[in-house]
Amino acid sequence: MARKSRKIPEINAGSMADIAFLLLVFFLVTTTMDQQKGLRVQLPPFPDPTIPPPVVEQNDRNVLEVLVNSGDQLLVERKPLRIDQLTELTKRHIQNEGRLPNFSDSAQAAIVSLKNDRGTSVKRYVQVYNELIRAYNEAREEYSKNKFGRSFKDLPQKGEQAEEVRKKYPMKISEAEPVEYK
Amino acid sequence: MSKFKKNKGRELPAINTSALPDIVFMLLFFFMVATKMRDPTVLVKTALPVVSEVEKIEKKSWVNHILVGPPINKEKSGTAPRIQFDDKFGTVEGATGVQAYIILKKNEHPEAIRDYLTTAIKADKSVKMGMIQDIKQELRKINSLKLLYSASEGEVDE
Repeated sequence: MARKSRKIPEINAGSMADIAFLLLVFFLVTTTMDQQKGLRVQLPPFPDPTIPPPVVEQNDRNVLEVLVNSGDQLLVERKPLRIDQLTELTKRHIQNEGRLPNFSDSAQAAIVSLKNDRGTSVKRYVQVYNELIRAYNEAREEYSKNKFGRSFKDLPQKGEQAEEVRKKYPMKISEAEPVEYK
Repeated sequence: MSKFKKNKGRELPAINTSALPDIVFMLLFFFMVATKMRDPTVLVKTALPVVSEVEKIEKKSWVNHILVGPPINKEKSGTAPRIQFDDKFGTVEGATGVQAYIILKKNEHPEAIRDYLTTAIKADKSVKMGMIQDIKQELRKINSLKLLYSASEGEVDE
């Protein structure tokens, strides 16, 4: 009976903070905050050798041909171009809506074909790809602002409005089959 | 003078630190959750290109990495760019190739999400596209079509 009345001594929690600090510092040091960032790309499926490739009637005006050579130089529609002019030109191509004869009929039909040499550097290829995506992003942004009065980023991404913007400017960037350029 | 003397006698109240462990624990849990313990030893140098229109990948565990770049240990592995999977050097084709690695990784995930797995190509900016193209062809052959060109966010450098 005497035992029951005995009090359990209180645990001193004063050093709790020290222990927690120790653990905290350990995790602080070991943490790597790397983020997965990059340009997202969908590859075309591998062509089945038993099935002949479908003949696609593609109007030449709808295809914007971008070529990057082994010297990291840019050739757009067979004319040399600086990389800082590429976004502007791509935007003109996809927003043409049949006005100028050498650009696309409509935004839905517009295609950007990106070809590169085996000697092109990754840096330049990714930069060119970036400019193309930027052109599409800007076109979508403008359309969204005009139509809905809101930035494309602020639209609910799974909603109808965002879907409409994406449908209006489908990102059709084709990475061509590898070709050897002499 | 008397104004200053008055204050001298007064003691500062002790700051209550009883909530300190709570704050520290909160931080601790944050870092515990955010920490990824095991990083594969990086064998190749991958200085990523800097571009503006990057997208973030939400599901980190759904990403498989392929590193391409010049080896860090030049004496042992030379200077030509090489491919790295997990902890080892790999090749484009064959038993240590891209296909084998991606299939191995796919099998670690339930069948329902295998089509959502993304392959991130973390390539040094000096690497030539020929090598990347070979990897891309291998990925297409096993119908692994979601791809990410790893890049850092920022203003495009020349």
